[in-house]
Amino acid sequence: MSTLHEAFARARREGRAALIGYLPSGFPSQAEGIALATAMVEAGVDIVEVGLPYSDPLMDGPVIQAAVHQALTGGSSLANVLATVEAVAATGAPTLVMSYWNPIERVGVGSFAARLARAGGVGVITPDLPPDEADAWLEATTSAGLDRVFLVAPSSTDARIGAVAGATTGFVYAASTMGVTGARAAVGAGARELVARVRAVTDLPVAVGLGVSTGEQAAQVAGYADGVIVGSAFIQRILDAPDHAAALVAVRALAGELAAGVRAGSPAVTR
Amino acid sequence: MTLHLTNLGLIPADSAVPDAAGHFGAFGGRFVPEALVAALDELAAAYAAARTDPTFLAELDHLARTYTGRPTPITEVPRFAAAGDVPGRIVLKREDLNHTGSHKINNVLGQALLTVRMGKRRVIAETGAGQHGVATATAAALLGLDCVVYMGLEDTRRQALNVARMKLLGAEVIPVTSGSQTLKDAINEAMRDWVTNVADTHYLLGTVAGPHPFPQMVRDFHRVIGVEARAQLLEEFDRLPDAVAACVGGGSNAIGIFHAFLDDAEVALHGYEAGGDGVATGRHAATITGGSVGVLHGTRSFLLQDDEGQTIESHSISAGLDYPGVGPEHAYLAQVGRAHYHPITDAEAMDAFGLLSRTEGIIPAIETAHALAGALQLGRTLGPDALILVNCSGRGDKDVATAARWFGIELGEGV
Ligand SMILES: Cc1ncc(COP(=O)(O)O)c(C=O)c1O
Repeated sequence: MSTLHEAFARARREGRAALIGYLPSGFPSQAEGIALATAMVEAGVDIVEVGLPYSDPLMDGPVIQAAVHQALTGGSSLANVLATVEAVAATGAPTLVMSYWNPIERVGVGSFAARLARAGGVGVITPDLPPDEADAWLEATTSAGLDRVFLVAPSSTDARIGAVAGATTGFVYAASTMGVTGARAAVGAGARELVARVRAVTDLPVAVGLGVSTGEQAAQVAGYADGVIVGSAFIQRILDAPDHAAALVAVRALAGELAAGVRAGSPAVTR
Repeated sequence: MTLHLTNLGLIPADSAVPDAAGHFGAFGGRFVPEALVAALDELAAAYAAARTDPTFLAELDHLARTYTGRPTPITEVPRFAAAGDVPGRIVLKREDLNHTGSHKINNVLGQALLTVRMGKRRVIAETGAGQHGVATATAAALLGLDCVVYMGLEDTRRQALNVARMKLLGAEVIPVTSGSQTLKDAINEAMRDWVTNVADTHYLLGTVAGPHPFPQMVRDFHRVIGVEARAQLLEEFDRLPDAVAACVGGGSNAIGIFHAFLDDAEVALHGYEAGGDGVATGRHAATITGGSVGVLHGTRSFLLQDDEGQTIESHSISAGLDYPGVGPEHAYLAQVGRAHYHPITDAEAMDAFGLLSRTEGIIPAIETAHALAGALQLGRTLGPDALILVNCSGRGDKDVATAARWFGIELGEGV
């Protein structure tokens, strides 16, 4: 099993950024979702984020909302999410869960962390849990040996960036722009500066998410970040595909384009 | 009697909760995307400065008196009590007489003034019954702010009159089609707007829920309800009530009338939640009675959720109570036993709605009717000397179509 640390180290050795792909579990169905995530990895995604579908995804734009809604209507459950993680982790790509906080708290932080670790997950991204409220979570992830990823945003003060980086392990998730998930014409201009501000306080890898949808944008972000995170663009391709076979082709094509992008960008860091 | 916010201050300095991070015991706090933390910090700082600033308090006080119509009166309703087999006395605090027709305006004017102080020029709001949306559109018109109101598609149908009012006031109303298409989804959509436009936009949240500082700040702006009512009862009845009753959606009118009585140990506090078809049916919005502890919309409190933390859709005839969460201070008051919460079914609420209309000439909001039904149930268990104070949180104009349907009155058919 490859860890987050190894995945970022390998990308750095290769003089490129890591490519991180997001898909919600159970979308468009349990089996198809696993096949699509596997295809992502085969076509060049280094790290996979499996989204835990949640009824009130208030950080997400219309594309991810639609996918999550479909997953929930199709009978998503924690057991299914863990089964997805297990299957995706079997590809060898480090696999994280991205979850809003309530489903984790409801199951119990210790139990959630232990079950995820048993399924082969390497960490959790919690977009609506600031470190200020995370005492029990820090303990649970540490004892389960999971990485815990918190977010920084362009509006974060330097003091907050310090606090977030201090609580984070694995990599720091830098939201490129103020807003919700979804493809954008251009990646937020503040992203580069935000990454620099994070680098000033931590040696952890910094990955940029929100709004990246093309190889060109991936290359641009790879010029200053250690990781490039893409979600909505994959989902849009799947939503647009007439059937599962076409969705597999479209996902492979996008993963390939993005993988070329993270290799075309100038080397992430010299350290 | 003249009551001035200026003289009272918004809140006593020794209020035990929340702590500096917005925790009411085990509840409250801040569970939000990092992108919103800076805005919440800015808001908390602006509010902390404003609440003791004589200029701000004078402005708010001036608007309360000359625009809202405060202080609102108290009205005894003896025919309602007698018809409801209550031996004791029932007194209403008349928030329905406020400009725009409910208590919501108290909080809205406070936050709208803060918006101006923070140099923002756009407000957004969520609304269920439409009362908070109307109040926000009103304040935006008054202060020259742009206003966008998110409202679940189902609620835009239930409360069509209020949609028209908001539009007349110059606000843009955006119907929300995601999820259950009610208040919870309107809040999700407002949060998404806020995180995108936070630099020039204030999210004017309409109840005592959400992340810190909203539960505290909204409570403080509504605290005037209880402060006035307590003084009015002492003046007109020469005594404190035995019990205070209020309906609880997010909980703003309830906390507003409860708060001034928290230290009066002899005054019982009762909150009435929307029991919908009955808590046992699962079709209800009785969050404290029928829910469990979790995190929704940025705060830890009780909520309706399944075993895996997915929010369960709420059901109520009342759009303003149709919310699967509740403010964290109510969760706290329930846990420490200072306040008690009970469900009232749609049918019980509508009985009380009809009874107050016919016996007293006051048509209440359907939300308020839950408190009235609760007061009747409570009053029947108390003796002839009992005095119950009910927060009459709003008037029923907006509910005429729903009530007409319920009571089988045909609209638009002549007589
Ligand atoms: C008249 C009236 N009362 C009560 C409520 C419920 O809100 P809260 O519990 O915050 O007072 C509403 C909400 O729209 C309302 O319009």
